[in-house]
Amino acid sequence: MEQTEKPRITATGLVRPVSNGPAPVSQSNNGFDASRVPVLSESLDDSELFRMYRLMLLIRRFEETCGQHYSLGNIRGFLHLYIGQEATGIGAITPLEARDYIVTHYRDHGHAIARGLDTNRIMAEMFGKNTGLSKGKGGSMHIFDAPQRFMGGHAIVGAQLPLAAGIALAQQYMETDVVTMVFFGDGATNQGTFHETLNLASVWQLPVIFFMENNLYGMGSAVGRVRHRGSDFSDAMGAYDVDVVSVDGMDVLAVREATQAAIDQVRAHGSPIFIEAKTFRFVGHSFADPGDQYRDRSEVDLWRRRDPLVTYPKRLLEYGVVTESDLDDLSASVDAEIEAAVEFAMNSPNPDMSEAFDDVYA
Amino acid sequence: MPEMTLIEAVRETLRSEMRRDPDIFMMGEDIGPRGGVFLASEGFVEEFGEDRVINTPLAESSIIGIALGAAVNGMRPVAEIQFADFVWPAINQLVGEAARVRYGTNGGKFAPMTVRVPYGGGVRGGLYHSQSIEVLFAHTPGLQVIAPATPWDARGLLRSAIRSNDPVVFLEHKRTYRLVRGEAPDDDYTEPIGKADIKRAGSDVSLITYGLMLHHSLQAAEMVSQSDGIETEIVDLRTLRPIDAETILDSVSNTGRALIVQEDTGAVSVSSEVSAIIAAEGFFDLDAPVMRVNPPEIPPMPFSPLQEAEYMPSPEKIADAIRRLAEI
Repeated sequence: MEQTEKPRITATGLVRPVSNGPAPVSQSNNGFDASRVPVLSESLDDSELFRMYRLMLLIRRFEETCGQHYSLGNIRGFLHLYIGQEATGIGAITPLEARDYIVTHYRDHGHAIARGLDTNRIMAEMFGKNTGLSKGKGGSMHIFDAPQRFMGGHAIVGAQLPLAAGIALAQQYMETDVVTMVFFGDGATNQGTFHETLNLASVWQLPVIFFMENNLYGMGSAVGRVRHRGSDFSDAMGAYDVDVVSVDGMDVLAVREATQAAIDQVRAHGSPIFIEAKTFRFVGHSFADPGDQYRDRSEVDLWRRRDPLVTYPKRLLEYGVVTESDLDDLSASVDAEIEAAVEFAMNSPNPDMSEAFDDVYA
Repeated sequence: MPEMTLIEAVRETLRSEMRRDPDIFMMGEDIGPRGGVFLASEGFVEEFGEDRVINTPLAESSIIGIALGAAVNGMRPVAEIQFADFVWPAINQLVGEAARVRYGTNGGKFAPMTVRVPYGGGVRGGLYHSQSIEVLFAHTPGLQVIAPATPWDARGLLRSAIRSNDPVVFLEHKRTYRLVRGEAPDDDYTEPIGKADIKRAGSDVSLITYGLMLHHSLQAAEMVSQSDGIETEIVDLRTLRPIDAETILDSVSNTGRALIVQEDTGAVSVSSEVSAIIAAEGFFDLDAPVMRVNPPEIPPMPFSPLQEAEYMPSPEKIADAIRRLAEI
């Protein structure tokens, strides 16, 4: 079968070929048109570009801090970090409107932060405190914030997909223009729920964006070892006639642009779209997984060289969106926010046992 | 005799059975190079190759269904469900298909398959990594459900499970994997499916339990023995289907008092079934009502370490129940 990369033209006319190799860290100056001031983004102003970087850095620091507190025994249970995938989450979630829904998987801290949920309350949930977003009942994998239309946090791989289609069905029924975005990984694409949901979303033309974070490993299994078409998802939805948009998940602006186009289309026409962001988790599947038994060090190193927390601020500097001193100030402000969140979590009370009986029934 | 942890007992039994019988193969999520998340198959792919240690996609329904198809054609698959909480997509293949093969083919086909299922709480796993899922399977005629609590029993019963000609759901409590050590010699012994075991002799109260709660119950029995001189006889069910009514009733006839302890919620559960057995067949031996220690009726399991600790029956709570029952 032909394995060459071919750009797929979607209904939006969006063309976005994806390279498997490292992308250039900055845009080339070859062909620079002196008659035109170069801009990093045609559609986003500097404050939004900067805000996106702040959120990316906030995720990275949040995750690193969670890792430290897990090692100290302050955070217990299972911890799946989003480190490496920040550009994907930020590019995907920042173009959503407040009225749109997000449904996600267990690697959910990054999405929660991207959605702008209260950092203090996310952190408190990590610590199992009653000020947490799920009052300590959920923990790391089960972050919910219904008022913010952030519908979890689902720890069963693929189980969130029908739920998202149901949310979209309700929106269609109520004739809103609300978009539902559901996140999942490459591992979920082998579950029955994935195929069942894709089919129904297509049959019923549901306003849902299937956002796959393809980090190339379903836990310890390389996607190519357990999936017929390997890591090539370009034709994956052919049977369902759902448009596929593939995007470089390490490039926050590429993700943002592709997602914005998808949102616009879904909002206008209501039909589903499938976005694949190629990304990579730099760390293990969870804190219990060193992450080096099933992938080569060289592969991890290759992706680390494309760290969006390095490449993106470099572009911001190159294009004059920020100065070095802006970045220093930002780093300090993010550190302060994380420090405050840890303090909030540590100082929050544990939930009382009586609260465990709340919310079992209406 | 060698001492080992429960996970080591599982691993060494799988290894020796795989060496003994080439019809046995394993399948599951990340059981290959990673060795399974609990390392039950660590080093197996190197020894037995990828044909016998099959890494599957995340697709539990297919894992069980394919194991079943292989089993009815003469293989002896051992499938691993990574966490018990992930088993629900496979319910139809287990309850709807595997359990009925022998019956539906008038004995023409049968399913010698083992489904290993790490289950249970106490690991801060929260809502989807802590569940006790045994009831649905224990309810299903055609399935056998085994829940060992010691390395010895894990070894003897896993051998019996793999060699059995009917499907087995083999429950391994995650918390016991590295917590519990004990003797488990490599001499090809088996323990019988469907037979409970007296883990502690006593004359005052019969305590019927299984899984992690066996260990909490043993601690509780020592506490009340020292503090109150109450001697508790502990019946470790080991198999949840079929349940060994005879051993339960024998013990209750000796003590006149029955306490059932489980980690799963109580309504329509193993403790309900054991209570019913005692009420129906041991009523005239009773000196006191049957008592149960179950967690609260809330969806398991809150993540908050404090709430989780409260949820799980502790040795202290069990000891308190023994005292109350002994006083009646």
